[in-house]
Amino acid sequence: MTDTAVESRRQTRPGAPAAPPLRPQNRQFAVLAVLVLLAIPLPLILPSAQGAVAVRILIFLIMAVGWNIMSGFGGMFSFGHAAYFGLGAYTSAYLLVEHGVSPWVGMAAGMVVAAAVAMVIGYFSFRYDLKGAYFALATFAFAEMLRLVTTSSDVVNGAVGYQVPLIQGSSVWQMQFPAGSPAYFWIALVLAGGAVALSILFRHSPAGRYVVAIRDDELAAASVGAPVMRHKLLTVALSGAITAVAGAFYTQYYLFIDPQLAFGSSVSIEAIVTAVIGGIGTIWGPVVGAVIVGSLSDVTATLLATPPEFLSFLQGRSGLDVILYAVMLILIVRLMPKGIFGTLADKISERRRR
Amino acid sequence: MTATIDTDAPETRAPSATLAVLKRAGVVGALVAVAIAVALVQSGSGIVVWQSVVTGLLTGGLYGLIAMGLTLIFGVLDIVNFAHGALLAVAMFISFGVVQATGLHPYLTMLVTVPALFLVGVLVHRGLLSGSGGATLENQLLITLGLSLLLENGLLLFFGAEPKNVGLPGETHLDVFGAVVAGSRLYAFAGAVALGLALYWMLQHTGLGTAIRAVASNGPGAELVGINVRRIHTLTFAIGAACAGAAAALAVPLLSVTPTLGEQFNITAFVVVVLGGMGNVVGALVGGLLIGLVEQLTTIYLDGQSSLLGVFVVFVLVLFLRPQGLFGRRT
Repeated sequence: MTDTAVESRRQTRPGAPAAPPLRPQNRQFAVLAVLVLLAIPLPLILPSAQGAVAVRILIFLIMAVGWNIMSGFGGMFSFGHAAYFGLGAYTSAYLLVEHGVSPWVGMAAGMVVAAAVAMVIGYFSFRYDLKGAYFALATFAFAEMLRLVTTSSDVVNGAVGYQVPLIQGSSVWQMQFPAGSPAYFWIALVLAGGAVALSILFRHSPAGRYVVAIRDDELAAASVGAPVMRHKLLTVALSGAITAVAGAFYTQYYLFIDPQLAFGSSVSIEAIVTAVIGGIGTIWGPVVGAVIVGSLSDVTATLLATPPEFLSFLQGRSGLDVILYAVMLILIVRLMPKGIFGTLADKISERRRR
Repeated sequence: MTATIDTDAPETRAPSATLAVLKRAGVVGALVAVAIAVALVQSGSGIVVWQSVVTGLLTGGLYGLIAMGLTLIFGVLDIVNFAHGALLAVAMFISFGVVQATGLHPYLTMLVTVPALFLVGVLVHRGLLSGSGGATLENQLLITLGLSLLLENGLLLFFGAEPKNVGLPGETHLDVFGAVVAGSRLYAFAGAVALGLALYWMLQHTGLGTAIRAVASNGPGAELVGINVRRIHTLTFAIGAACAGAAAALAVPLLSVTPTLGEQFNITAFVVVVLGGMGNVVGALVGGLLIGLVEQLTTIYLDGQSSLLGVFVVFVLVLFLRPQGLFGRRT
């Protein structure tokens, strides 16, 4: 993990007279600040099609950061993050369409709802000691139940879903701008930056340290007095709340949400794949993974729209992007289980130590 | 439960354990009876409920059939095979292709799908799951998840999303005490029961079955007495996949063949596996029947809700209250 890289640097320069090395979280905050600053002019430089890809990358990024907090740091392998994504999306869409509430308020409400549901699911799962595969299946079951219930509930428009009402001009308060406006990217950037900052804060907070200790050895952590249940619940709540932000923003950006888009299992899978490809249990893994997974579908779409000679039979077919990330997922799990970022970080710290 | 391939050693199966299983079966039976009675009151029509029960049981046989391979793999290898539904879809496409190309009877395509899926199972286990990279539970989940995405989208890419249908030559509709039943459904049910019995017999009465049970109950111990554990793991995975091949040939006249058809069956198959107790082949068959019933009764209880909702409610209750399954014992 990233902490080892910092520690080894400390060892190699024990008597450095310059400023003491940054604490890991401050170094990570600095990196985050640089990344965000570098990203700010992107929508002005990129052509509009790539601008949409950049926004999608940021949505994936928020989802993956959310998943990573629970399943990477916390080691509670969730297969149902679509539940929290969907709750965020539906809470904000419902409040906006039915009651005219600002999407910002809706987003906050969605976070609260998702955190509460995550804690309820978590409480019962931990209370009945569901582990590993059983926990994964339980989270999956809850996400599917939410999908089925929304599909057949007229209160939330059933299978039709919600269309965000269009307004004239642009409004920050309504989170709505002309199509292709850079404002969408900047809002997503703020949200994604906030999500990463939260995950850095969490990782280095007492709660985060407890949770990692509980993940590594629950019995040992409990026997030295770590309040296991409380910290696990805090972790799932935070994870659910962050994922809900992605859902609420998704609704505003694409102006449409339905049960399949919100609660479908592909949402959970996207969150998992993104975090795993980048690196489970690392701060930057979800960032790396989001850039790869988020841009893949665009690359394959262009490839299939005008395929080279030998692929011409695939013209107009779908599925290639998922195939590519499925292959990548399998290869990464088999060959570099710490993900792209985790493996690179290990390599670098190893070289420093030598 | 004599059929379990989990940790029940024969000598611990004292009469009291058999009694406990009988008692539990009684409780389950009573619950089913109450559920049917409530449905009867709710709908007020005997024939509607009877039709639901018959349809539910027959569909449930199919679920049990699909879940058998999954439960076998879980019981022996501790692998939650998320790709099982995708393997089923692959087998369905093979079956469909063979019928299209040769005009063979759909059920006879089993002669192709079973060996083909067995081979796929060997390749998947040797190539992806065995060895250190497939060691932890998370990695196995992720690898089988990746595999299912790969297979489903591969089918989508090459064959498109349009549903394909295979008709059963000489399809008939039978009358079972007033309920109408398609012949293909009845045959699939009979096939499921036959396959369940064959698998059970294989596990209990052949050398391979004994080795599989030995590995399931104690891997290192089995290794010590000279069983090649890795080989048994590969064979078990392949047999589990071959079960999906058999299920595909039996079910192909009943369903529209699409690349994503595995998804819905994967969900029910997991529910069935947990309900029947992971690793319990006969439990899977019984669990399948129960889930088929639950599905049908849900549509009577909750008008307008998806039949899957009841399945998930049962699933969550079982996960929380009896994670070892209805017929398993807590270890």
